[in-house]
Amino acid sequence: MSPMKFAVIAIQIKSTIAQIPVVFSLFLVILTATVTISGCSGEPWNNPYPKSQSQQNIYYSTFTERPKHLDPAQSYSSNEIVFTGQIYEPPLQYHFLDRPYELIPLTAIAVPTPVFVDADNNELPDNVSVDQIAFSVYTIEIQPGIMYQPHPAFAKDENGQPLYLDLSPQQVEDTFSLNDFAHSGTRELVADDYVHEIKRLANPRIHSPIFGLMSEYIVGLSEYGKHLQKVNKQLVEEQGEHAYLDLSQHPLEGVKVLGRYKYQIKIYGKYPQFLYWLAMPFFAPIPPEVDQFYSQPGLDKKNVTLDWYPVGTGPYLLSENNPNMRMVMVKNPNFHGELYPNSGEPGDAAAGFLADANKPLPFIDKAVYSLEKESIPAWNKFLQGYYDISGISSDSFDQAISFNTQGEVGLSGQMRDKGIELVTGVGTSTYYMGFNMLDPVVGGLSEDKRKLRQAISIAIDYEEFISIFVNGRGIPAQGPIPPGIFGYQEGAQGINPYVYDWVNGHPQRKSIGYAKQLLAEAGYPDGREEKTGKPLTIFFDTTATGPDDKARMDWFRKQFQKLNIQLVVRGTDYNRFQDKMLKGTAQFFQWGWNADYPDPENFLFLLYGPNMKKDKNGENAANYHNTEFDRLFEKVKNMNNGPQRQQIINDMMEIVRKDSPWVWGLHPKQFTLYHSWYHNVKPNLMANNTLKYKRIDPQKRAKLRRQWNQPVTWPIILTIVILVIAVIPAVNSYRAKIHARGVH
Amino acid sequence: MLAYLVRRILYALPILIGVNLLTFALFFVVNKPDDMARMHLGVKHVTPAAIERWKQEHGYDKPLFYNPASETGNAFTDTIFFTKSVRLFIFDFGNADDGRNITYDITQRMWPSLAIAIPTLLVGLLVYITFAMTLAFFRATYIDYAGVILAVVLMSISGLFYIIGGQYLVSKLLHLVPISGYATGLTAIKFLILPVLIGVIGSIGSNSRWYRTIFLEEINKDYVRTARAKGLSERVVLFKHVLKNALIPILTGIVVILPMLFMGNLILESFFGVPGLGSYTIDAIRQQDFAIVRAMVFLGSVLYIIGLILTDISYTIVDPRIRLGGS
Repeated sequence: MSPMKFAVIAIQIKSTIAQIPVVFSLFLVILTATVTISGCSGEPWNNPYPKSQSQQNIYYSTFTERPKHLDPAQSYSSNEIVFTGQIYEPPLQYHFLDRPYELIPLTAIAVPTPVFVDADNNELPDNVSVDQIAFSVYTIEIQPGIMYQPHPAFAKDENGQPLYLDLSPQQVEDTFSLNDFAHSGTRELVADDYVHEIKRLANPRIHSPIFGLMSEYIVGLSEYGKHLQKVNKQLVEEQGEHAYLDLSQHPLEGVKVLGRYKYQIKIYGKYPQFLYWLAMPFFAPIPPEVDQFYSQPGLDKKNVTLDWYPVGTGPYLLSENNPNMRMVMVKNPNFHGELYPNSGEPGDAAAGFLADANKPLPFIDKAVYSLEKESIPAWNKFLQGYYDISGISSDSFDQAISFNTQGEVGLSGQMRDKGIELVTGVGTSTYYMGFNMLDPVVGGLSEDKRKLRQAISIAIDYEEFISIFVNGRGIPAQGPIPPGIFGYQEGAQGINPYVYDWVNGHPQRKSIGYAKQLLAEAGYPDGREEKTGKPLTIFFDTTATGPDDKARMDWFRKQFQKLNIQLVVRGTDYNRFQDKMLKGTAQFFQWGWNADYPDPENFLFLLYGPNMKKDKNGENAANYHNTEFDRLFEKVKNMNNGPQRQQIINDMMEIVRKDSPWVWGLHPKQFTLYHSWYHNVKPNLMANNTLKYKRIDPQKRAKLRRQWNQPVTWPIILTIVILVIAVIPAVNSYRAKIHARGVH
Repeated sequence: MLAYLVRRILYALPILIGVNLLTFALFFVVNKPDDMARMHLGVKHVTPAAIERWKQEHGYDKPLFYNPASETGNAFTDTIFFTKSVRLFIFDFGNADDGRNITYDITQRMWPSLAIAIPTLLVGLLVYITFAMTLAFFRATYIDYAGVILAVVLMSISGLFYIIGGQYLVSKLLHLVPISGYATGLTAIKFLILPVLIGVIGSIGSNSRWYRTIFLEEINKDYVRTARAKGLSERVVLFKHVLKNALIPILTGIVVILPMLFMGNLILESFFGVPGLGSYTIDAIRQQDFAIVRAMVFLGSVLYIIGLILTDISYTIVDPRIRLGGS
């Protein structure tokens, strides 16, 4: 290019640039200034939290679904207990570090020991046979001096009269949240609050999910529920739907206040698992005046309810409840105090879990939970340091986890570079496939039906399923009881001998050839009915009908094809599926169970005959009924853990493994990632009040966040330059067009 | 005009009743009151007695449409349909089946939805019109061809790609704005920049092509030729004459969607963690919360009718030849 031509082009460009609208130049100036100023401040631009929080002792996490209930009598979902577990305090809790899981006092002075009595209320010795026990009596003594969080229901005027228990319509009109009440108060926790909460389980206005179950145990609760229903109906008819149902006027036979700090619960027979229920928020205290406060007409229209604004004695109180965006808990200023445990299981000290021993709890000042419905933004924000902890979705599994040549799980290089750490734990859950034992084809306890189910159990290769569909996050189940629960056995003695052989120190799935042999013995040689020659068809009822489930269903079909059995997948919606299960018309299905408490009874009852789903509406979804198993269950359910109980459980395992009412499926493995500034992350799958034990190093977090999130501005400037250059030909073309027409 | 409006509002009543009836029938074909109770009470330890109590407390223990055994003697009014529908017509939505007040929820959640929808609409209009006019001005040149190809390419890309790609590029790689979240007041701006940008870019293709077609149609009309013959510059012709007339179909198309803006955008709000109304109905359907479903469908119908009425009114404003209600 000649210098003359270059000069002409340069002049053309210059003249064109000169015509760029002023606003564009202004935009460039503003942008440059913003970039410069913000760049100098050093604060990341993508920080979703206020700048003032960057050095504060705040825990950041997520929730994916808005909690429906925060009332302890109603709340039963895992996404709700994240909050209720920190706010309410039942009398007992699980030890944070000890394994196996152990109950310790929370507000109680000691873990209560039941006193057994006969029908005439005569005390019986501890070792008496279960048949003689008519009732178990639990006496719980709570610690004095525990105070509730500040709340307007406790506020009093100078005469000691409640300020807000009789609101005028205007006061209600002016109320939009609890913050609109100028005063708040507190009061001491007393035994009556615990008794009040147990009565609330029967309140017809509350619909507690455990009312039905507890009615079977707590003396008089069933009748109490009926009584309250009548009282409530009459009250509503006479005074309207907002009339306060004062439970203190209606005593409950099986629950009594024995003193300011002592109460008693009387249950039918012997039910040692009742203690575990006393560690759940269902049995946390609710002050009667709080119920009275929230029952005032008009407050529910402002969502000012216990379901929205919980009241407790726990280490945290809910300071912001916006379940569509953010839930915030802050330290309860009235918390009674508790110390970090000074003992744990072997290895805890070496792992650093005892570094905070005997320090006062809670460590974290505030916990902010943000709603993240989608996993991708949540994951990216975790990587940027804006969440302290994260699960691993399937989308990000390969980015986070790597397997070494021995198949051991480890963190990927990217995670290690950021100092992210991994903690895993097998969940106290089981996911299985069930046969309907009432079905004429797959059900029944005859030998041929057993062999059919055993053959199918062998054919469904859960090792492959875990590898393909859950990224290795699970272990194949050998029975209903998951690891970590008494009764589960490791090694050769713990395998299901009808599906596995113990080879070279590992369980090995039996061959398809053996499964085909079993199938032939069951009357289906090569997958066809011996008498008619018709192919064997199994109907699989499932709610997994989305496009993402297709691969999974194809895989199941493939497993059955190994035996030449046709699997027909009957996709259905959740309601129809429930209907089929209740009517006992499903043939083969998938189901799962999360432990309520760490006791084998909570899993073995899933196979207890009187607990079947059909007709009895129980949790035995397979409608399995084996008289010997039921007999042993009745024996084992009330026993204390020990060799004798283990032996009976082993006998029960032998029965159900042989009968194979379930394809035992898998126990899921939880993978959790956390940043290097987050401490005391020991998985505790039973405790739900663990936030108080966690510790944050906010300075380290702030430093790393700044380091990881420096804004990158050059691509913006480059884009603008490209746009400007792209405009030049257009402007030239415009000028040429105007000149060509000769119009000015 | 007034008579016309009154007539339209009266016409709306049977439409709303019909929509309500249809919603009711469709919902209860799929969900029985027992299913709803089971969903709300949870899957564990639910007894038939608890289901009955839940239905009774929430008014789902009555027949759906006809109750011959009514204790009050009102066979048609002592039914689920009547008791759940009648208060909608005075905009009393009552409480959701989980006990939360629906009106409160709507009034809380509509603002974040509007905070995204209004800037997206306004910025979008500006961008689409500018882009479309540029293409129309440079019609049949390489700029026009390149612009149309670009528009087709942009149209062909899934909206989800813009969201995930935008979050990845702008927030994850460049660290310019938060990936997701929301705040009130001026702090909201940093959370809104990306969703608004993506909302605008995601619709550039379709809207610009549509607007370009409108501009091209106008440009070829006689009055434009006359304007040019008078010696007006192309800029004046475009901005003073073509734009003004082309805005009639554009604005009337926008007016109809105005009331719907506050219903939110499901995907955008989900990915950006914006607490708007976008997912309110979907979540309610998933949780079988009939109270919310009927309230939101009713509200949506009312807003749609309002949108149509506003469109009719806007015609009379932009085109004086149109008279509503007259012969």
